[in-house]
Amino acid sequence: MLESSTLLSVQNIETYYGPVSAVCGVSLVVEQGAIVTVLGANGAGKTTVLKTIAGLMFPAKGMVHFEGENITGIEPDKIVRLGIAHVPEGREVFPLLSTEENLRLGSLNNQLSRLDVVYEYFPILQKHRKLSAGFLSGGQQQMLAIGRALMQTPRLIMFDEPSLGLSPKLVHEISEIITRINTEQSVSILLVEQNAKMALQVAQYGYILEQGRVVMENTCERLSASTDVKEFYLGMKEAGVRGQRRWKRRKTWR
Amino acid sequence: MDTFIQLFLSGISAGCVYGLVAMGFVLIYKSTEVVNFSQGDLVMLGAFFAVTFSQWLNGNYWLAVVFTVMAMACLGYGVERILFRRLMGEPPFSVLMVTIGLGFVLRAVAGMIWGHDPQSMSTPYSDARLAWGDFLLPVRDLVVIFGTLILSVILFIFFKSSRIGLTMQAVSQNQFAAYCVGIPVKRVLALTWALSATIAGVAGILLVPIKSAYPQLGLLLGIKAFAAAIVGGFGSLPGALMGGLLIGVLEEMTKFYIDPVLEFGVSEFSAYILLLVILLIRPQGLITSMQRKKV
Repeated sequence: MLESSTLLSVQNIETYYGPVSAVCGVSLVVEQGAIVTVLGANGAGKTTVLKTIAGLMFPAKGMVHFEGENITGIEPDKIVRLGIAHVPEGREVFPLLSTEENLRLGSLNNQLSRLDVVYEYFPILQKHRKLSAGFLSGGQQQMLAIGRALMQTPRLIMFDEPSLGLSPKLVHEISEIITRINTEQSVSILLVEQNAKMALQVAQYGYILEQGRVVMENTCERLSASTDVKEFYLGMKEAGVRGQRRWKRRKTWR
Repeated sequence: MDTFIQLFLSGISAGCVYGLVAMGFVLIYKSTEVVNFSQGDLVMLGAFFAVTFSQWLNGNYWLAVVFTVMAMACLGYGVERILFRRLMGEPPFSVLMVTIGLGFVLRAVAGMIWGHDPQSMSTPYSDARLAWGDFLLPVRDLVVIFGTLILSVILFIFFKSSRIGLTMQAVSQNQFAAYCVGIPVKRVLALTWALSATIAGVAGILLVPIKSAYPQLGLLLGIKAFAAAIVGGFGSLPGALMGGLLIGVLEEMTKFYIDPVLEFGVSEFSAYILLLVILLIRPQGLITSMQRKKV
């Protein structure tokens, strides 16, 4: 089942927060070198999928394979060492440490040569390298979180809503950087987003999550063309033409 | 004036011990958000270890110091591994109750092993005094001050420039992000406990020549050091040390100047008066860490 080009494969995972099921049976595959996106509204279970892959949450069922190796239920620090970097939601930085210390913590063997690579992507971080990360602006903190993930020389980077709370211009910049990292560093990318427009432009393949289930998956071109995605995720209205009320229209997958 | 200086110095010496214990409180609190109420009893254990090792080693003080420090580090690591790792994710209040319980257990066990009579230990400097001009200074007080100073400098360098120190800071500032960048958070927490117990052990070693070792040694010490930690802002190690020094000096001063006048022991609770005053006029403590706790 696992082909040689498959980097990450998630099979039918179910994850619970106490008695509440957040993810009930999600499967997805990230091919070597691909950018894959997971779209969905609030509470669809996107973040939980990432946390389960990263080892921060235990799945009740299902398996996660990385490079053919079963990594289900392994400690998070070992998963990072295998080459999966996780850029968490809401730019989690170490606020009292300096920018450079934050980056140094990212590198696994204290390889400081990686710093130059990061500074090349984000020159602004070099400018503020002595500044406490808590004083950086939101966009800079997001860059720092991405830079910290780059320090790990990962095979796969998982982004959790990198566009959250950023200006349209910064969203554009971040999406360009994600593409650059993908091609230049030959890193595969799993991008979780609410900003469907940006995500569908950047990625090649997409999954749509709703209430903990994958309701649709396809190439991003086809997804962008689908009427459901257009209406519910890209906010283009067509329904009015036929006089249908939006709240009466049912999604095809329900 | 001479008495004042003498009182000041012995106050500083007592305050150093409070400060060391308070630093232990702060270390554990910052990384696990739990106040370890058995910190004082760890000091007691350190004191007993020092006595015992020095007996086994025929009074070789320095070797006893090294052994005590190592034993305390192992103890702290073990306590986290056996007890507190199982409680990860439990409400802080339950963990706090466990630390109080641990204190009871440690006191009882120490009583069973070593008995309830104070035990002293001989040190190379036990009864030495330094005569300087008019006033005499017990060397043991100076040893406490210099010991604390050296330990503080070591800790400062450790947190500033060592990789483990950096990861410890990272874990205390943002545990989730620490997981994300691949820091083995659980191991780092165990090491933090080991460090905290080591500091308590050093406090015990420094305290033995002054107070000897007995099972109840840590009880009052722990409470006063807790007050010191709050006075210092409960978020920074220098703050904790400063709070300790303040309380130590205050106690010595009230003992000499106020107790005889009022004819009862104000010095016994002067620490708590200071705590109340600080909480009223500066509730955030003397030194505040820049960041408010995120909920």
